[in-house]
Amino acid sequence: MSREDERSESSENASGQMPASDAEVREVRTDGGGEVEIPEVNYVAGSGVPIRGNDIDTDQIIPARFMKVVTFDGLGEFAFFDLRFDDDDNQKEHPFNEERYQDSSVLVVNSNFGCGSSREHAPQALMRWGIDAIIGESFAEIFAGNCLALGIPTVTADSETIEALQDWVDANPDGEIDIDVEAETVTYGDETIDVTVDDAQRKALVDGVWDTTALMKSNAGAVRDKARELPYVDDAAIPEAE
Amino acid sequence: MSTGTLYDKVWDRHKVTTLPTGQDQLFVGLHLIHEVTSPQAFGMLRERDLEVAFPKLTHATVDHIVPTADQSRPYKEDAAEEMMAELEENVREAGIDFSDPTTGDQGIVHVIGPEQGITQPGKTIVCGDSHTSTHGAFGALAFGIGTSQIRDVLATGTVAMEKQKVRKIQVDGELGDGVEAKDIILEIIRRLGTEGGVGYVYEYAGEAIEDLGMEGRMSICNMSIEGGARAGYVNPDETTYEWMKETDYFQENPEKFDELKPYWESIRSDADAEYDDVVHIDANELEPVVTWGTTPGQGIGISDPIPEPESLPKEKQDTARRAQEHMRVEPGDTMEGYDIDVAFLGSCTNARLPDLRRAARIVEGRQVDDDVRAMVVPGSQRVQRAAEEEGLKDTFEEAGFEWRNAGCSMCLGMNEDQLEGDEACASSSNRNFVGRQGSKDGRTVLMSPRMVAAAAITGEVSDVRDLKEVNLA
Repeated sequence: MSREDERSESSENASGQMPASDAEVREVRTDGGGEVEIPEVNYVAGSGVPIRGNDIDTDQIIPARFMKVVTFDGLGEFAFFDLRFDDDDNQKEHPFNEERYQDSSVLVVNSNFGCGSSREHAPQALMRWGIDAIIGESFAEIFAGNCLALGIPTVTADSETIEALQDWVDANPDGEIDIDVEAETVTYGDETIDVTVDDAQRKALVDGVWDTTALMKSNAGAVRDKARELPYVDDAAIPEAE
Repeated sequence: MSTGTLYDKVWDRHKVTTLPTGQDQLFVGLHLIHEVTSPQAFGMLRERDLEVAFPKLTHATVDHIVPTADQSRPYKEDAAEEMMAELEENVREAGIDFSDPTTGDQGIVHVIGPEQGITQPGKTIVCGDSHTSTHGAFGALAFGIGTSQIRDVLATGTVAMEKQKVRKIQVDGELGDGVEAKDIILEIIRRLGTEGGVGYVYEYAGEAIEDLGMEGRMSICNMSIEGGARAGYVNPDETTYEWMKETDYFQENPEKFDELKPYWESIRSDADAEYDDVVHIDANELEPVVTWGTTPGQGIGISDPIPEPESLPKEKQDTARRAQEHMRVEPGDTMEGYDIDVAFLGSCTNARLPDLRRAARIVEGRQVDDDVRAMVVPGSQRVQRAAEEEGLKDTFEEAGFEWRNAGCSMCLGMNEDQLEGDEACASSSNRNFVGRQGSKDGRTVLMSPRMVAAAAITGEVSDVRDLKEVNLA
């Protein structure tokens, strides 16, 4: 049975009961009573894995056929699936298949990474493969927003800087990369480089407010007032205060 | 920073507060949901013991996985049935309206919102789907969001966003025969690049845009995201208002039309609005555009040569080389004459009634090439019914097209409609990414619906202007 078949078999009982094959996930902890604990992400450290090429789209990161599921569990093994496996399920040359990158957690990419669909399945698959942070030339907007919602920094630098880092990772697959989100620096080997972290993203990560549900819910009164102000919102559509 | 644009005005009207991150908390006027990206969000709500805050401002449909042939329940594919069942339960529990296939109103989320009149000028509209930008055609501020943001919107009726810059894309002049909205947007993406719009919202303006009907404007706004812009819009005008009047909502509530029109007028960009950037495009110069590569930005006029990778900016060369290898095209050739195996007329970009009408005029009295598998997948059940009533179904079927039920279908290959092996597809959809249409070796050539019709007939990418149109009675 191919890996794909196994997947569709297992999705039959996909009410969240997939084997816990995913890497550790930076998820907020909930107590089931609406209280959430959101970790601060000041700093990410780990070895790197380079994925070279511009315009790597979300269909490449996670092909649509793996989205026929109602949870994100188990998506990690399908990250870059079509780039990693041929029709007979033989491994192709791809960094995610290389033994030396199996413990890597910092993805190093080029420009317009994550373009295309809004599917959060893309960063979910990367996160569940083991990625904690992404350094790249540029990111598609929805993708970067989805990463932020998972507490994954998407930091940027110019193309020469990125290529140098990719080459270094290639030569030092076990070498540690330290991302200081607040200081906007990346340190590897003897180098410390300046990188850019979008202002709102930096604040959200550093202050631990990247999961915005509770924060925005606390403004429920103002939200209802706003709804009443808008001419197109029927009164009947505005719920009573809780 | 832009001032006085529709984007600025709609943003200000919907801003609840500024969050500690510096992002604004925006009120969401319409939240559209479908079966692929919402189930996990409902799961997160349950985990946190939260309820849907504004169920009456939320609307559901099923489109991505819905079969377009046999729609009897349970669906043949277990995963599709499971996703549908999950959506049904979620909307029932929360009290959300659901345009499911039994209502006769089902269809692609970006087709049904405008049909029912829930898409309106001056609304903020979000959906877990990047082509939500489509609704900007009505002067709404509409953008795609991820599943965690869907959770936010479900739980709070709001979304956290950073304000973006506004680029005005001024398309002057008049489109020639055989050239249409799809060609305008493919040209825009070709010129500005697939990441040219990152950080921007696109305002489409100018004579050529104003001359378009709502469907053409939707095709353009739909593909904003292909150019990197999360949202795109057209200022509402009489064309918009005429459309609104005919929709369910305003047929049922005619007094609302007069009540809301002043608001719609008020959010139009001011004559002296300031933009962060302005780009000019001359519609007179456009010819039908097709893609030769594997990003929507890799397009050319039908009579233009495929570029030498070396002639492109350095950062585009590698992508171009890989794309040309995948597509098996040679620099210097044109795309005219490129053999195709499949013709797909569908998707949220181009599966509305006027799209099907124009394509039908090309196929009328002709036959699909023997080596081509051709299918029409209407964007919604309403489009399907209207097309059947005016005889378009017969026209397509007599020519050898399959006539399917509404859904996303072969645009992204999540149901049974997929490319096989290395098939080449003339497609009216929006993405030519490797693997997009269900086969990793499949080859997608994006084009207008009429160009798809022409390719279906000739078996190769063809210039629709060389095929004489036949007028439908």
